[in-house]
Amino acid sequence: MSLGQTFLGLLESQPRHGYDIKRVYDEHFGRGRSLHYGQVYATLSRLLKNGLVEVDAVEPGEGPERKRYSITDAGVTDVADWLSRPENPEPYLQSTLYTKVVLALLTDRPAADILDTQRAEHLRLMRELTRRKMDGDLADQLVCDHALFHLEADLRWLELTAARLDRLAAEVRR
Amino acid sequence: MTARSEQRPEQRPEQRPEQPSEQPSPLLSAHALHKSFGPTPALDGASITVAAGELIAVMGPSGSGKSTLLHCLAGILRPESGTVSFDGLELTGCGDARLSELRRSEFGFLFQFGQLVPELTCLENVALPLRLNGVRRRQAEQQATEWLERLEVDDLAAKRPGEVSGGQGQRVGVARALVTRPRAVFADEPTGALDSLNGERVMQLLTTAARDTGAAVVLVTHEARVAAYADREVVVRDGRTRDLAVAR
Repeated sequence: MSLGQTFLGLLESQPRHGYDIKRVYDEHFGRGRSLHYGQVYATLSRLLKNGLVEVDAVEPGEGPERKRYSITDAGVTDVADWLSRPENPEPYLQSTLYTKVVLALLTDRPAADILDTQRAEHLRLMRELTRRKMDGDLADQLVCDHALFHLEADLRWLELTAARLDRLAAEVRR
Repeated sequence: MTARSEQRPEQRPEQRPEQPSEQPSPLLSAHALHKSFGPTPALDGASITVAAGELIAVMGPSGSGKSTLLHCLAGILRPESGTVSFDGLELTGCGDARLSELRRSEFGFLFQFGQLVPELTCLENVALPLRLNGVRRRQAEQQATEWLERLEVDDLAAKRPGEVSGGQGQRVGVARALVTRPRAVFADEPTGALDSLNGERVMQLLTTAARDTGAAVVLVTHEARVAAYADREVVVRDGRTRDLAVAR
């Protein structure tokens, strides 16, 4: 997820202080991993430098001055562009597993075990997500469902590969 | 839930094997099942154990033998060799009448299609297993009403299966499978005909109700997202079982 564009989206709804951005971000997207203040201010500094946000108020306080940030027209264009653009699908897992399976076949190791081990791990995670989903609110359900559908797609690939192992073995050993 | 080995030779199904205290004795077990349909072997040495209250997903490709395994476990099909036992009772040695009684009193069933009697209302469908067990009509319908409420379909009580949607009908099916408070529920692709949202809801209701009543569930599915509701999974390939948790 793009932190900068997420911040822009939060600032488009209303101007905010850095700590307020962090609070709202953690509430909606943190999922147990809250942002560090360092990340917040580094990101705001970059957005400021690129002209996507501006400081619209500085309030004196007991500590350092508190800056309130607002989004610029360029920032609105940037976040709109990001929101309308599809994300690249990531075939991250298959390439690693494919390499393992081929290496197993080349070295006469049981390639099916690699697929079964991965399948068991996928299902373990899917069970965990399903439990979390059943105990959670709608936001939890949607986030978990997204992960579940991706894991299910991986599992289908594992099943298909398991069904084609004999053909793959014949090809890689040729 | 701790997974147990399916193939340990000392775990004879006709006995209640002594196991470590953290592993409950199996409620249901099958050992080395063989079953063929004509020249085609459907089961080729399949074994499985299910503990009381455990929810097991049986997965595998089409034609792998998973439905045949479920039918043998439920006493619907007789294997050519191997043993099936339920709570110490050897099913493979039972006559048809005893098996039929066992299915009515101890087992619940949920299938992909058509388990509801089209001529009966939803309420009468849910009450049917109780009526077959000799429960009086009023009491049976009272219990059936409670189950329809639990499955959030009590407004369908007077409707016939042809008048309700697939998802609603399957919720009625869950109520009917659990109304006798069976100790084991056999579910064969229970979400196979449903869209994602209805499938999710049926699985949530089925698993919650099964956990509340302590029923063990044997769930045959080819969908990983459905299997993820189970405590563990057993994979069937070419008529043989593999417990992935044990394989690791």
